[in-house]
Amino acid sequence: MIDFEGMVRTASIAPAWTIDADAAAWRKIALACSDEGGRLVSIWGQDDGEGFLVFAAFVFSQGMLIAKCRAIDGKFRNLVDIFPCAGRMQRAVADMLGIVAEEGDGRPWLSHGAWPEFPLRRDYAPAGDFAPVEEHYPFVTVEGEGVHEIAVGPVHAGTIEPGHFRFQVVGEKVLRLEERLGYKHKGIEKAFEGMALFEGAELAARISGDSTVAYSWAYAMAAECICGIVPQPRASFLRGLFLERERIANHLADLGALGNDAGFAFGLAQFSVIREDMLRANNEMFGHRYLMDAIVPGGVSRDVDGQGKSRLLGQCEAIRKKLADLHEIYIDHTGLQDRFLTTGRVSPELAAKLGLTGLAGRASRIACDLREDHPYPPYDMLDVAMATHHAGDVAARVSVRFEEIVESLRLIETLIGKMPEGDIMSEIPACSGFGVGWVEGFRGEVLVALEAENGIIRRAHAHDPSWQNWPVLEFAVIGNIVPDFPLINKSFNLSYSGHDL
Amino acid sequence: MNAFGIFTQLLQLLLTVLLAPLLLGWVNQCRAWLQNRKGAGIEQPYRKLRKLFYKDAVIANNASPLFRMVPYILFGSMCLAAAIVPSLATDLSFSAAADAIALVGIFALARIFISLAAMDIGTAFGGMGARREMLVGFLAEPALLMVLFTASLISHSTSLTETVETLAHRHFEIYPSMAFAAIAFLMVLLAENARIPVDNPASHLELTMIHEAMILEYSARHLALIEWASSIKLFAYVSIGIALFVPWGIAQASDWLGIAFALPILIAKLLAGGFGLALIETVMAKQRIFRAPEFMGTAFLFGVLGMLVHFLLGA
Repeated sequence: MIDFEGMVRTASIAPAWTIDADAAAWRKIALACSDEGGRLVSIWGQDDGEGFLVFAAFVFSQGMLIAKCRAIDGKFRNLVDIFPCAGRMQRAVADMLGIVAEEGDGRPWLSHGAWPEFPLRRDYAPAGDFAPVEEHYPFVTVEGEGVHEIAVGPVHAGTIEPGHFRFQVVGEKVLRLEERLGYKHKGIEKAFEGMALFEGAELAARISGDSTVAYSWAYAMAAECICGIVPQPRASFLRGLFLERERIANHLADLGALGNDAGFAFGLAQFSVIREDMLRANNEMFGHRYLMDAIVPGGVSRDVDGQGKSRLLGQCEAIRKKLADLHEIYIDHTGLQDRFLTTGRVSPELAAKLGLTGLAGRASRIACDLREDHPYPPYDMLDVAMATHHAGDVAARVSVRFEEIVESLRLIETLIGKMPEGDIMSEIPACSGFGVGWVEGFRGEVLVALEAENGIIRRAHAHDPSWQNWPVLEFAVIGNIVPDFPLINKSFNLSYSGHDL
Repeated sequence: MNAFGIFTQLLQLLLTVLLAPLLLGWVNQCRAWLQNRKGAGIEQPYRKLRKLFYKDAVIANNASPLFRMVPYILFGSMCLAAAIVPSLATDLSFSAAADAIALVGIFALARIFISLAAMDIGTAFGGMGARREMLVGFLAEPALLMVLFTASLISHSTSLTETVETLAHRHFEIYPSMAFAAIAFLMVLLAENARIPVDNPASHLELTMIHEAMILEYSARHLALIEWASSIKLFAYVSIGIALFVPWGIAQASDWLGIAFALPILIAKLLAGGFGLALIETVMAKQRIFRAPEFMGTAFLFGVLGMLVHFLLGA
């Protein structure tokens, strides 16, 4: 372990430490993390009444270190030269709190001129209605013979989430892509303030619908960390079960959609059938198609009986069989493979440099999977096998999904087979303190940092792995042709809602 | 020009225009079945047209009169094309007015106008769609001409009705050259009607579209006319295929009984053709746009091979 003076181990079941840092130590920790091959997970800020604090969560080989640093004169030290993914997170801190990174990109990120002040400041008092300011956001342009611009979104031709993409192209070839996000900003972090811990769980479950289990678990873990509670063994097993089912359902949807985006609608129909069976089983057995609110602070709110277990096992077997057939079809389909192979390539070197994470990272030889790297219950007894590829193209991201579904099916079977009897809930008292939850969702690592006082939330920060991967997408499309962008984008399947908060 | 000719001409035109959406509905329904889906039913295109005709049109402020005119030009040219392709009978009053080369010209005319309209508003997608449409179009046209020439060499006439007369009603012969032409024609049909593997008619991804990208700015009755015209175009193309490669059953001049039989035979052929189209679209994925030149190049090659075979074998 890289040992820093004043490190404190949190009570979280995930290995996480906190440290108070000054401006110099802040940079020093970041550099040490980068040297060790670690990564930056998230940056966020807080108004603690005396001034502004800025937090950064670094991952070392032994676990997570959350550094806390006080901003001086509304400024904090820039980390973008060490971790490129820090750029947008620092801009988001500036939008929400009005403290800026020194010599950083001065453009707003989440704010589109829709709010006049800084919502996360303590003295923020929304003064009724205010007129939105017209936005002037300078995109970087490319000039030259035959170069032109294509502006796509935020409203798209299909029913999908909003995001703006500015392409600089020559003919059909993409020279540069710049993203503009923040259209789905809903003020979630502000809404957390003042909620009771239990209330907050419901909001956390609704940050990003496709990752509701991951967010619920991360939130619950953070709340339990504050109160020093370890969930019951059976609750841990059920949490693992829910998370793996969420992973499978999302991977199935993505695999179908990837086929569809390559003009192979057959794939979408088949994968949708399997996924729909899962969602209906979720609804009948656990009361919600996407397992929303199944995980709550202290444990889980849904249990499974013997009959349910055999139904889940039967479903695993059915999925495994159908998946094998569909995998063969995808692999053997010349037209599909022609679209997938070499498209949207992120080389392992580039991925490492830009901090690509999660599923997309594993397709570019970034071997990070919380379930294997830092296995806390129930993953400590599962021996998760990580799926990694090195090609970094759409085909690799498809392969990782196929392999992860197979592994998740095995995990579910083991979890059901070894599930202990016992309680599924522990009492959560009204506690004070700082807590952190860290979970490997289907996209990558989800982080929730929570600060509460007597059971009331003072600050909650939720981080989606899309923060790391959106900027990499800009690089993945360079040199590809414009009509391949939707396919590349889908192969990353990044969250708008979880990113814009 | 005689009464029978006028009657068959009107009958064929009316049937084509009215039945064209049904063919599209049938293709979509077959696609749904082949994907294990229930599908929306074969009458879905009519529902869509009705919905669009009821809506109020939204037109960009900077649209020129051309933008408003194009749907009507498109619809008109497709009706004309459908009128001169013998699908029910060979005795068509209009057929003297336009031969196979003029038919290709009509399709080209429609393409030019829709491309101009696409660029009229000045959105990136319109320009992108028009650019891609021209790429596909200028490669598809020569291939289509080669196919029609191969057939014309057999009948010694560029008139489509004459060709059908020769192929269907003279002594029966097997033409090896037509086998090559048939492959070429199938490829042209897929490309010209925005079908997979060249374009994806069901796509909602604006960056991948060809045909759909050009009409993104259209709404209501204008969009309805364009959609309708597209279905007539598909119908016309399938009819050309039927006329050239399986012409048996198309009624001859002054054959009232033939007309009565021609309709059910035509419907049976369209059902089979539509299913075949759906099958191709189900098993194939969409190609990258820059595969289109290869695809159309192959079509052209087959067209040329057909002509060569004709000269070598004299058949």
